[in-house]
Amino acid sequence: MRADLQAISDLVPKNARVLDLACGDGELLKFLMDDRGVTGYGLENDAAQIQACITNGVNVVEKTLDRKLDGFLDQSFDLVVMTQALQVMKHPDIILEEMLRVGKNCIVTFPNFGHLRTRMYLSIAGKMPVTKRLPYQWYDTPNIHFCTVRDFEVLCDDKGYKIQEKVMLAEQPISHQLKNIVPNLFAENAIYHLTRD
Amino acid sequence: MPVEIAADSVGIIEPKKQRISEPLTLSCGRTLADYDLVYETYGELNKNNSNAVLICHALSGNHHAAGYHAGDEQDKPGWWDACIGPGKPIDTNHFFVVVPNNIGGCHGSTGPSSINPQTGKHWGPDFPPLRFRDWVDSQRQLADALGIDVWAAVIGGSLGGMQALRWSLEYPDRLRHCVALATAMSLTPQNIAFNELARRAITSDPDYCNGHYLAEGKQPDRGLALARMIAHVTYISQDDMEERFGRDLKAGTFERGIEEQLEFEVGSYLNYKGDQFSEKFDANTYLLITRMLDVFDLSREYNSDPVEAFSHAKCDFFVASFTTDWRFPPERSQEITSAIIAAGKNLSYLEIESNKGHDSFLLPVPRYMDAFGEYMTRVATEINR
Repeated sequence: MRADLQAISDLVPKNARVLDLACGDGELLKFLMDDRGVTGYGLENDAAQIQACITNGVNVVEKTLDRKLDGFLDQSFDLVVMTQALQVMKHPDIILEEMLRVGKNCIVTFPNFGHLRTRMYLSIAGKMPVTKRLPYQWYDTPNIHFCTVRDFEVLCDDKGYKIQEKVMLAEQPISHQLKNIVPNLFAENAIYHLTRD
Repeated sequence: MPVEIAADSVGIIEPKKQRISEPLTLSCGRTLADYDLVYETYGELNKNNSNAVLICHALSGNHHAAGYHAGDEQDKPGWWDACIGPGKPIDTNHFFVVVPNNIGGCHGSTGPSSINPQTGKHWGPDFPPLRFRDWVDSQRQLADALGIDVWAAVIGGSLGGMQALRWSLEYPDRLRHCVALATAMSLTPQNIAFNELARRAITSDPDYCNGHYLAEGKQPDRGLALARMIAHVTYISQDDMEERFGRDLKAGTFERGIEEQLEFEVGSYLNYKGDQFSEKFDANTYLLITRMLDVFDLSREYNSDPVEAFSHAKCDFFVASFTTDWRFPPERSQEITSAIIAAGKNLSYLEIESNKGHDSFLLPVPRYMDAFGEYMTRVATEINR
């Protein structure tokens, strides 16, 4: 099981109406359906992942998240969630804005590029970080908009989004211990629960 | 007769005919006291009558969707043989598949070319105008006659998809899944314009005789062929035309000094398709159905609000569109899916990459077959649950 599933689920109200952006094979939605009794839809643009959603019995809508969530009504979902995909978006700020337009709540998770190991990699090796979790080279990576925990909070502040809750995740032992003390340096992944106000 | 019938074919099929004696009140106000529905079935109905799926055919389609008729000379199976059969997306190992020819049609079900019992003559242009709900009502009467209370799925592409969507609103308790492919909730002015061209082509044919051509012993073949040619252009994509025909010549040459008329491959193909169609289709049926299409608006009686319309549905939906379909392009399907989502109904929606235009829904496009098949597997699993 993905480490972040339970942490996200803990933030989701029971029976919520959920929209999952870049839902992959529907694992999170399926988990939320079972764990929280939610109903909802996943948006995805990868054919194999869409096929997997159908197999998994998860509602899926083929859509490329380039800009606006066309066709989705304002405040029509209790929650719009996007896990580990913010950095892939061409316009992360527009997508966040759209998430809060369509959803009353928004949960977004992303890898923290401010993590100590990332900083060390760049400062010592002098090369763009390549890790087990993010195995791409700079030229072929789908991840075009990395940010740090601090960057993200600055964006939220600029846009006036209210951070209802945040959960820092880290598996590596030292990071695990320090992730809540110095999140920007030790959180490997971050989960943010946002609302408009 | 095909030399050899493939293992995944439903084989030789004999059409059936159901006399419906329950009066059918039509939306125009008139009533059909009784009428015939010709239909085919594939697969076996299970003990609980719970594995039946209804296939709604498109404009030029009919009840012969899969397999072969005995005595068929051509090696040509039914119109949706790609999708129906053992191991195919609509798997006849699991489903009892029912495909009626719609009323108003011209392949055996009561329609303009049938005899009006009150006059003893062909209905011709006096056949009552129909709406989609009339088709759906007649299909409901067929379901009653066959003992099918609830369809495991109602499935259709194009005009058939409109029937499937109408089913989901008219009889929400009588279907579990609705599969709507390459379709729309209403026609655009451009769609209507193409239909108008087709109708003008038919009614301008001197042999049309104001619709009474059967009584006159005539057939408006030229008009009907032209109508089909116009429509056919809208079924295929520019990419597909480019690939299949390019600017190739069927006859003649581009050389100078020659007066002979050129014939392009694309023109030859369209003429062939038009002529072939006009031999087996009834002009009054064509007029009737294109008018039905023009009038169709799924949400009209729901305050023209698609969300309100779909709030009446109880089934799950599978919707698919095809990238090069310019008759009912992906945007039209997105209107459907937006409304289904806003109404909170279960939905899977795919936008299939295909260069075959509107006709893609009839063809074995691999990703489409995989996804449709996977969805139907889910439908089958629910039956056995």
